[in-house]
Amino acid sequence: MDRPASPLFRLQGVEVERNGRRVLGLLDLTLPARGPIVVAGPSGSGKSSLLRLLNRLDVPSAGTIELRGDDLAAADPLKVRRRVAMVFQRPVVFEGTVLVNLREAATDLSRDEASILLVRVGLDPELLDRDARDLSGGEAQRMALARSLTTQPDVVLFDEPTSSLDTANALRIEELAQSLQDDGVSVIWVTHDLDQLERLAAWIVVLIDGTLAQEGPASEVLAHPTDAVAAFLSGGAS
Amino acid sequence: MNAIGTSLTATAASLLLVVVAMVISWRQQLGLERSIAWAATRATLQLAVVGLGLGLVLADGAPLAWSWVWVAAMVLVGGITVARRVPTVPGLLGLTCGALGAAAAASLLVVFGFDIFPLEPRTVVPTAGMILGNAIGATVLVARRSLRELDQHRDHIEARLSLGKSGAEAVRPHIREALRTAVTPQIEQTKIVGLIALPGTMTGLLLAGVPPREAVAVQLAVMFLILGSVAITTVIVGPGVGRRMITADQRLVVPIEAPTLPG
Repeated sequence: MDRPASPLFRLQGVEVERNGRRVLGLLDLTLPARGPIVVAGPSGSGKSSLLRLLNRLDVPSAGTIELRGDDLAAADPLKVRRRVAMVFQRPVVFEGTVLVNLREAATDLSRDEASILLVRVGLDPELLDRDARDLSGGEAQRMALARSLTTQPDVVLFDEPTSSLDTANALRIEELAQSLQDDGVSVIWVTHDLDQLERLAAWIVVLIDGTLAQEGPASEVLAHPTDAVAAFLSGGAS
Repeated sequence: MNAIGTSLTATAASLLLVVVAMVISWRQQLGLERSIAWAATRATLQLAVVGLGLGLVLADGAPLAWSWVWVAAMVLVGGITVARRVPTVPGLLGLTCGALGAAAAASLLVVFGFDIFPLEPRTVVPTAGMILGNAIGATVLVARRSLRELDQHRDHIEARLSLGKSGAEAVRPHIREALRTAVTPQIEQTKIVGLIALPGTMTGLLLAGVPPREAVAVQLAVMFLILGSVAITTVIVGPGVGRRMITADQRLVVPIEAPTLPG
């Protein structure tokens, strides 16, 4: 196994219970800084629940989570979230222009800086003054990504960000994720789309029924899946 | 009071209208007969008890302190009423009691500080009652509406939290919307006062033989006090509900079943 000395995240004995039902039960999981890491599994397997733990939108019922060796539970959640950004399944658009949206977390962001961010996510800087609610789905998702980058995060979590986009826009978002990873920003991407998994993953984590089914370098997991993972991979998305 | 001439017989006679309402309900098959009867019975019992209590509090020579105790009891009952109607918000009782207490204190300070009414038992209790009665409705509305806004905009709130915003910052736009919704009916009511129906205080004063000009002046003061007290309670309770839906580690925890509102 090709593990770096300092993992990005280390989860130990993590469990999540909701309304008396266990939605996630991971004994141990180590996520490397080198990615993109793709968390895959059927619908309802706990992928999004795992992601929400990593920027403290949720907390585990048991166990510990470390971010580069620091216990997340002891860290300031606001600082954690600025380090670990999240791009949601459906792009959230706040009231106002694109510039107003970009300034949500960076009130002193200049127009030039905002323009550079838009270019980075493949949007025309002239969109800055447009009402953000007038953007298309793909544009809105890219704006949401640009907005999440205003906090200069170390990690970006993508929670099935392309599930409501057409193929062309989905591929653009994937390329952006890959470019972030190339620039040193760790990417953790949740999907149940097997094609996307194969295109994007450098490291794969497969969850089935809230438990860890398999993890490892993409080439290894895809070449030697466990029986349960092989069934998932051959069964396609659910 | 000869000007009004209300007697027990006359009050009992007015019950005829309750019977009329029940008959209409029965004929129209509305199924409201029992509800109407229960409402009338409960109102009678409640007001009888209140009347007995007020008889003691407002009796000649009764100490003013009794009136303040009565006002404090009204604040407590108001707080309990709101907390029971919105049970999913933890710690709402203390919050609403504080808000209603603040509204009552501010309003009564204006009323008696500026000599709108003389400071005596017969003015303290009814004035506080009017203020609190209106504030309670707005408080229930703002608490429910705040929950609904937070529930419907979880994605926006969590998106803001994910950008490193504090819980207070993340819920603020949605609480602001709830406040607007809760205060608007009172503003609308203030705008149209007197155009459709004469408001209660003014009606009471006119029935008691007070000249219209004085009745209007008092009614205006009361309307402004009610508007102010509604603003005070909602501006305390709305953000308070927001704070209670955010954990100490800045996570959103809106109850799964936020109360629904008509419309």
